[in-house]
Amino acid sequence: MVAIRPVQAADLPAISALDARLTGAGKPAYWRDMLAPGRHFLIAETDKGALAGFIAGEIRAWEFGQPPAGWVFAIQIDPRRRLKGVGTALFEALVARFRAEGVTRVRTLVDRKDHLILSFFRAQGMVAGPSLQLDKDLS
Amino acid sequence: MKLQTATRLGLYAVLELARDPGRTLSAADLAERFGVSNHHLAKVLGTLSNAGLVRGGRGASGGYRFIGNRRRTTLMDIVALFEPAPGSRPAEAGEDTDIGSALQRVLLEIDEIAEATLRSISLETMLKPK
Repeated sequence: MVAIRPVQAADLPAISALDARLTGAGKPAYWRDMLAPGRHFLIAETDKGALAGFIAGEIRAWEFGQPPAGWVFAIQIDPRRRLKGVGTALFEALVARFRAEGVTRVRTLVDRKDHLILSFFRAQGMVAGPSLQLDKDLS
Repeated sequence: MKLQTATRLGLYAVLELARDPGRTLSAADLAERFGVSNHHLAKVLGTLSNAGLVRGGRGASGGYRFIGNRRRTTLMDIVALFEPAPGSRPAEAGEDTDIGSALQRVLLEIDEIAEATLRSISLETMLKPK
């Protein structure tokens, strides 16, 4: 079992290290910004206090013309602790906070080639939303 | 998105059997449920059986049951058994023109989105009570 609590500044090095291990980029400044008021940044830790995973999100109103919704910006789980419900526990904790703030919709953006994370969000009951993301190469 | 009849029957059969892996259903039971011929469904079940997703019993009364992994099997795994792999189809007339290749890029974009969707939905997710 894991315990879920808000991230504190002292957790950031471990979060950056896990992120660097999984994505190749630790992005310490980005994670520090997630501690700003109004953002939801939650950590799951084992009963021995080790980092099992984290999730970050925020409620955004009228982003891209859409009414207020909770956005999931990031979720990472230590590969050694996957398939044990850590991701689901983090997702549910974040969604509970969104609900408590009165929003009734949660959304995220996922790399369409990242089948692992796509499957995770699908298993949480998420389906294709109303928006299509568009890109243009400016180089 | 249009799926071939065999693909749709493959999805129906796997999902119906995976709903309760302990249950055995005959090809005739399944054919009746989906309103198709026994013969058509038997071929589909043969493909699913070769892929290790279902196992069929012997004899006329032998039934089929699901033996795959509900969490690890995605809709794409089943679709890929019946539909040609993207990119494996022969080039069509006009594709080498500038308009043809621009159209190909649009169709590829649609294929990629469809594949991402099918690959992200496991049987477990499909069968989860809403």
